[in-house]
Amino acid sequence: MKCRRCREPAIIELRRHNAGFCRDCFLHHVREQVKRTVEDMDMIGGGERVLVAVSGGKDSLALWDILRGLGYDADGLYLGLGIGDYSDESGRVTRAYADERGLKLVEIDLRTEFGYDIPTGSKAARRVPCSACGLSKRHLFNQAALDGGYDVVATGHNLDDEAAVLFGNVLRWNTDYLGRQLPVLPGGDGFARKVKPLVRLGEREMAAYCVLTGIDYIVEECPMAVGNKHLGYKEALNAIEEQSPGSKHVFYHGFLERVQGRFLAEARAEQAELKPCASCGAPTSGEKCAFCKLVVLATRDST
Amino acid sequence: MKVLLRNPRRELEVPGPKRVHRLLEDLGINRESVLVIRGDTLVTGDALLDDSDTVEVRQVISGGAA
Repeated sequence: MKCRRCREPAIIELRRHNAGFCRDCFLHHVREQVKRTVEDMDMIGGGERVLVAVSGGKDSLALWDILRGLGYDADGLYLGLGIGDYSDESGRVTRAYADERGLKLVEIDLRTEFGYDIPTGSKAARRVPCSACGLSKRHLFNQAALDGGYDVVATGHNLDDEAAVLFGNVLRWNTDYLGRQLPVLPGGDGFARKVKPLVRLGEREMAAYCVLTGIDYIVEECPMAVGNKHLGYKEALNAIEEQSPGSKHVFYHGFLERVQGRFLAEARAEQAELKPCASCGAPTSGEKCAFCKLVVLATRDST
Repeated sequence: MKVLLRNPRRELEVPGPKRVHRLLEDLGINRESVLVIRGDTLVTGDALLDDSDTVEVRQVISGGAA
């Protein structure tokens, strides 16, 4: 197989583009996709400060690498989730990435700063671990961005992530979630802008970017996520993709272009109802925000 | 050839020569969900592997629902 751009031998085949690429042309392709996404979707303005949520996985480390390579002022944010060896290793690779390049990494440790970790806290709060983890991340990424004076929070959600979330939301017709499933969520009223610059790239491309640029990332799956619904949706979509390359792209980007707007009114109406949390001030629809409620439940048995 | 797999970590001995897409087919692995790594680079599905090769078949699917 030859590279589509330069006709040298290819090292990766991207069936949804019906193309193979050599190393240099593949890296060019990945960077161009991110550049186009950021520019076309008005994700980051000139001179804005970006906080990249970094987990030690392939997507977030690659995103940080690419945004800095494109010239953006991007610092990292790492959340210590307390998931045993998995968190130890993810923290190690994230710190090593930042140290080797002299980058600023903001760290928040759930156990030290809020008195719980994901395995014990989710159990105490009677929540699925991925749900407690997602809730903690959404709240703390936003808070860290506001506290640190960042304009934008960037996360490493890729095309596979977004297609799987969409699949789950459509299966259940979660119209409120569909109304919020956007690659750019605007800032204001207690929210930093949130952006997902990898929505045109699949997980295979992100892993390949790390292998080819020598980025050491945590390859092992989070032990809390093993067997969850989200991974099942990804497998189902990959079975379709294998038969019909490009299906995930058409599913997700077709939704954004042709369907998503139909659910916006509901999401905007919900957003208009938000008021500050009585405990922390974050926007919420109730008296107390979901994160503050989680902290109370997750720490009620601790002394 | 030596084939390294992860989650769980294991090593298989597979007779060559064999093309990468055939190797994945024989192992029952969806090619959309893995990279095949040889040394510090990747190999495409049509690459021919022989007995002296060592390759890693690395899963790329990850993530919680957040």
